[in-house]
Amino acid sequence: MLYRTSGQFKTTYRSDQALFPIRQDAFLLGIILLFAWVILPASASSFAFQTLLIPVLIYALAATGLNVLTGYAGQLSLGTGAFMGVGAYACYKLITLFPELNLIVAVLLSGLFSAGAGVLFGLPSLRIKGFYLAIATLAAQFFLVWLFEKWGWLYNYNASGAIQVPNVSMFGIWVAGPQATDRAQYFFVLALVTVLTMVTINLTRGNLGRSWKAVRDMDIAAELIGINLLKAKLQAFAVSSYLVGVAGALFVFFWRGAAEPNLFNIDLSFRVLFIAIIGGLGSVLGNWLGAILIVALPVVLNTAPHWVGLDISSSTVEHVNVMIVGALIVFFLIVEPHGLARLWALIREKLIHWPFPY
Amino acid sequence: MEGLKAVLVDPFADMVAAPDFLLQVLWEGLVSGVLYALIALGFVLIFRSSRIFNFAQGIMVVFAALTLVGLHSAGLPAWIAFAGTLLVMFLLAVVIERVVLRPLVGQPDIILFMATIGVTLFLVGGGELIFGGENKVMISDALGMPSGAFEFAPWGGFLLLEARDVTVVVGAVAMVVALLAFLGFSKMGRAIRALGDDHTAALSVGISLSTIWVLVWFLAGIIALMTGIAWGSRAGVSFALQVIALKALPVLMLGGLESITGAIVGGLMIGILEKVFEIYWGQPLLGGSTEAWFAYVLALLVLLFRPQGLFGEKIIERV
Repeated sequence: MLYRTSGQFKTTYRSDQALFPIRQDAFLLGIILLFAWVILPASASSFAFQTLLIPVLIYALAATGLNVLTGYAGQLSLGTGAFMGVGAYACYKLITLFPELNLIVAVLLSGLFSAGAGVLFGLPSLRIKGFYLAIATLAAQFFLVWLFEKWGWLYNYNASGAIQVPNVSMFGIWVAGPQATDRAQYFFVLALVTVLTMVTINLTRGNLGRSWKAVRDMDIAAELIGINLLKAKLQAFAVSSYLVGVAGALFVFFWRGAAEPNLFNIDLSFRVLFIAIIGGLGSVLGNWLGAILIVALPVVLNTAPHWVGLDISSSTVEHVNVMIVGALIVFFLIVEPHGLARLWALIREKLIHWPFPY
Repeated sequence: MEGLKAVLVDPFADMVAAPDFLLQVLWEGLVSGVLYALIALGFVLIFRSSRIFNFAQGIMVVFAALTLVGLHSAGLPAWIAFAGTLLVMFLLAVVIERVVLRPLVGQPDIILFMATIGVTLFLVGGGELIFGGENKVMISDALGMPSGAFEFAPWGGFLLLEARDVTVVVGAVAMVVALLAFLGFSKMGRAIRALGDDHTAALSVGISLSTIWVLVWFLAGIIALMTGIAWGSRAGVSFALQVIALKALPVLMLGGLESITGAIVGGLMIGILEKVFEIYWGQPLLGGSTEAWFAYVLALLVLLFRPQGLFGEKIIERV
């Protein structure tokens, strides 16, 4: 009923392959965008901005980046955290070296540095495959975090060894640093993430995306049909690390406000990997569903005992949270190994026929 | 020129100048290498028989050690606590096989890998909930591990071997021999190896998949307990131990994911080389704590030349 597709005829191949072949999808996205751009920012509290909205956007972007590499091109990466770090440190250096630089430009440029690092550590992917490749990204993970700690130039030799986001204004409004308002930060992140997500969707639908999928499904076969493996894999590493790097810059500049090297440790890599896998590998929508789940879950679990009226010490809640997250990961993998995105696809399929069984 | 000399000549000059110190460094590296090898062994056993990349091996070490210490502090004698811990690890193996692995049979590798990370988180939360997060002292004395140290004077220098470390090395060697004997000569052990060689063929001659999986996870649990005792007697029992699980990854890659020999050789190699690199190159030239990444970079370099690891099965690709 709600999702009835009858009457929507496609007369050309082009319109059948359009981004939204079904009108209701576009309508749904319109509602979501309306929420994201108008209703949520008008109604959210500072707490909601800081613990839910901004982190969901940033994690979704990071997971999108990882998904390009792992979901579309089939190369396992365990170094996402470190590549986010490269983006964050590059953005910090750009802003402190050139204070008059526009922040949008700085954030977009910082992704290039992490893309470079990604390509460098992606080079072994031509020889090393599967789980063995995880070691290349793990090497990046541990080496880069060590470098953030030892290379004083990166954090301007300050005594704490951490980077502190300075106040940055754009068009007379403080957008980053202690002076910025939550709303300004939210809109900045939202705009960038929206644009980058759109670019990614179109990349994965195009020539590039098809060559990645061919490499993922079977790389030797892909080579035989004329795909340059080295090029396709390195492009995947570059695009993926670019998105992850931008996410890292946003992570520090618009959410954390300060960062020390340990923030980018392997736990962060795993968190992003969870998001991508629980959401669904090889799906852009999945990153958003996964990010919402992983970000919102601890918040819900922390406040849930109060609603029920239970009085539990906060450390107990913390431990139980970790257990529940672990159990939920296993649960979701068993229920739907292809992630939440597949779950939504099934629901949508049902909705199209509803209320008829076939 | 000056820089080249500092990298290529000075470290070796230092080694020759103080051979007793070099021996001490090698010994320290050997002991941590043995521990890496033990953890990697747990990984390899599970990987061979089920193609599961078991990330939970590290937390199993912590969990086993915590259970042992917890049971002992509850008033049980050490040996009963030890047996109790074995029972707990067995139950853990049964539960993991039943709840996590069986529903996920046949899924892609990465899904199973993620599932073991889920198990890891569950055990981290559960362990902290039950035993508390603070550092605990391993009950080495109650278990009858000798204390004290042996001193030697090679080349008129000074070399100190902790009795506990010697026990750890001897115990590890004994355990590996026992494990190899079990795999080589017992019926169950042969079944495990058969499953590792060819899944379908093993199933067709009547080997039960779920029995073997429980057995293999239990063996990994025993290894985890041994590793926990060994590492705990050196550094105490805490959740920081988990990071050594990550160290086991390069060990595995270096040795080859399927090879027990590879796990042992890789573990010893990485243990010794990372210590030597840290002392002679890392601290003077790079500002220290290179142990955090050296193992990974070394494994990466080796893999560039041998993509299947030193002892791994040759990768044959067909279209």
